[in-house]
Amino acid sequence: MNSRLPTPFRGLRRRLAERAAESDIWDAVQLARDDGRPYTLDYAEWLVDDWIEVHGDRAGTDDHAIVTGIGSFRGRTIAIVGHQKGRDLKERAYRNFGMAQPQGYAKARRVFALADRLGFPVVTMIDTPGAYPGVEAEQAGQAAAIAQSMLAMTRLRVPTVACVIGEGGSGGALAIGVADRVLMLEHSIYSVISPEGCASILWRDVNQRRKAAAAFKPTARFSYELGVVDTVVGEPSGGAHKDHERAARMLGDAIGVALDSIEAEPVEQRRAARRAKFRRMGVWLEDGVVVGEKEHDHELAAPAPAE
Amino acid sequence: MASQEEPENIQVEVEREESPREQPPARAKLHPNTCPVCKSHYREDELRAALRVCTVCGHHFPVGAEERVEQLADPGSFRGMADDLRSADPLAFTDLRPYTERLSEAEVATGLGDALIAGTATIAGMPCVLCTMDFAFMGGSMGSVVGEVFTRASDVAAERGIPLVSVTSSGGARMQENILALMQMAKTVCAVDLLQESGVPYVSVVAHPTTGGVIASFAALGDFVVSEPGALLSFAGPRVVQETTRETLPADFGRAESSLEHGLIDAVIARPELKGTLGQILRLCAGGTLVPMEPGGDAVAPPPGIVQRVLRFLRSSPHGDAHTNGGPA
Repeated sequence: MNSRLPTPFRGLRRRLAERAAESDIWDAVQLARDDGRPYTLDYAEWLVDDWIEVHGDRAGTDDHAIVTGIGSFRGRTIAIVGHQKGRDLKERAYRNFGMAQPQGYAKARRVFALADRLGFPVVTMIDTPGAYPGVEAEQAGQAAAIAQSMLAMTRLRVPTVACVIGEGGSGGALAIGVADRVLMLEHSIYSVISPEGCASILWRDVNQRRKAAAAFKPTARFSYELGVVDTVVGEPSGGAHKDHERAARMLGDAIGVALDSIEAEPVEQRRAARRAKFRRMGVWLEDGVVVGEKEHDHELAAPAPAE
Repeated sequence: MASQEEPENIQVEVEREESPREQPPARAKLHPNTCPVCKSHYREDELRAALRVCTVCGHHFPVGAEERVEQLADPGSFRGMADDLRSADPLAFTDLRPYTERLSEAEVATGLGDALIAGTATIAGMPCVLCTMDFAFMGGSMGSVVGEVFTRASDVAAERGIPLVSVTSSGGARMQENILALMQMAKTVCAVDLLQESGVPYVSVVAHPTTGGVIASFAALGDFVVSEPGALLSFAGPRVVQETTRETLPADFGRAESSLEHGLIDAVIARPELKGTLGQILRLCAGGTLVPMEPGGDAVAPPPGIVQRVLRFLRSSPHGDAHTNGGPA
């Protein structure tokens, strides 16, 4: 049926299990949440010139948990859309801890559309514990807002790069993560639920969060091994919080490489290629054979051409 | 003589220990066929014949994936696809029990390969691709298999130009597959993108309960989104919202009726009318012409152009060629 049968599945399991040192993973979770890490606006300051922040969903709300704007990045104008956390108590409340309301995703969609129309590549910065779980958020259609934001991203004609810069929490993170290239900082995490949430559901005890984190492996390395992110971007030694400027330069280099490679692809094929990339995600058994295990020779390479 | 040998008295103490009286627990666990609202109890065949709706108070019981197909598809019209897919355990995940153990238990309990089944069918004479979810299979959670089955179903609908109908009932993404489960949200949204691009209608039935990663991906993107009375539809579950906001939730939080009020869904339809309504929508989508499909025949000529090209592209890429969208098995 398939001439490129995946390598035996047990290999990956063993490799994953060996590296699943519980404490390492918990350290990674804590580092990803460190409030000394650069946030979206910090990166915007270091990465682009002539930064202009734009506001609002044009329907009555400006969600402060999502920041958007345009600026000049190494010779081209780009749009940046990202979650924004706060450092002190007041700013945290103002930013709602980086947890967006449906109106925040509407704001993101508006800026996606703007960028697409005017030809600005889109760079998103993912750093949120998750979409805000509130009564009003639900009534305003939190679920649909996330789905529509993802759908809007699959349709963009401009190049898109998503960067997981801290905490990639669940659907609220992925809502701005459906991009041509997905980069992930070395000390960031990406998961379907917070370790606390997972522990309280599966272990029925929130104190088992270290175990939960070790079991579901939210680190950059595992996300890369599972084919979910294209590139793991290094950080200054000790972590991005030690040296914001250097961290931004390292991320900027990776974004530059990614944009160059996407821009080299034909525009009309971009949407199909993006769709094909996400279409491949997942690992399952078919007729007893493992399908979807990733081989790692595709870092930043163009997707396989159509035959 | 033996009779003179007085046997020593053997003291036999019989302790009569009564087993503790069965105290009914604070919230007695109801039999699955007992209505949690009015406590009416039904035999299995009664309940099945009543489409699992309480004939006294109208409570909607949960419906399994295969039974849902029986309820909606015209008899004998359903032809399954992609039913040989099974979940792998890419993270070697163990919580209180290993993921693989939970999987085999769910497979034995439901008789299904995973939480979503799909196939071609006709509903009230109208051809469509139908996929239904089973909450009994690990809470209807979406892992790689659910994402792949939905995507294949959607691709078949796009390729043949026949509408897609999905019935969801899910707690969200499957934690045991963590980031891969999260990515199924993006994957299914990409499938809907192709469907929309090809101009094929998609009707999403969000049944009780549809929450988390399923309602925040494909289920929310139906051209028509309908639900059943009392169904819970929310991104975050009521408990999470309560714990985060520390507010008292409104009594109808996330219920289908409240979602209708807030403009999140198109209609709340009682189960006995669901098939008729779906047929009506599909007929309207087909332009008002009722063309009954020959059993087993191809319904509609495939639309020209873009869809085939895109699908060819998808299949030619790595891992995408490990399957064939051959249609009815």
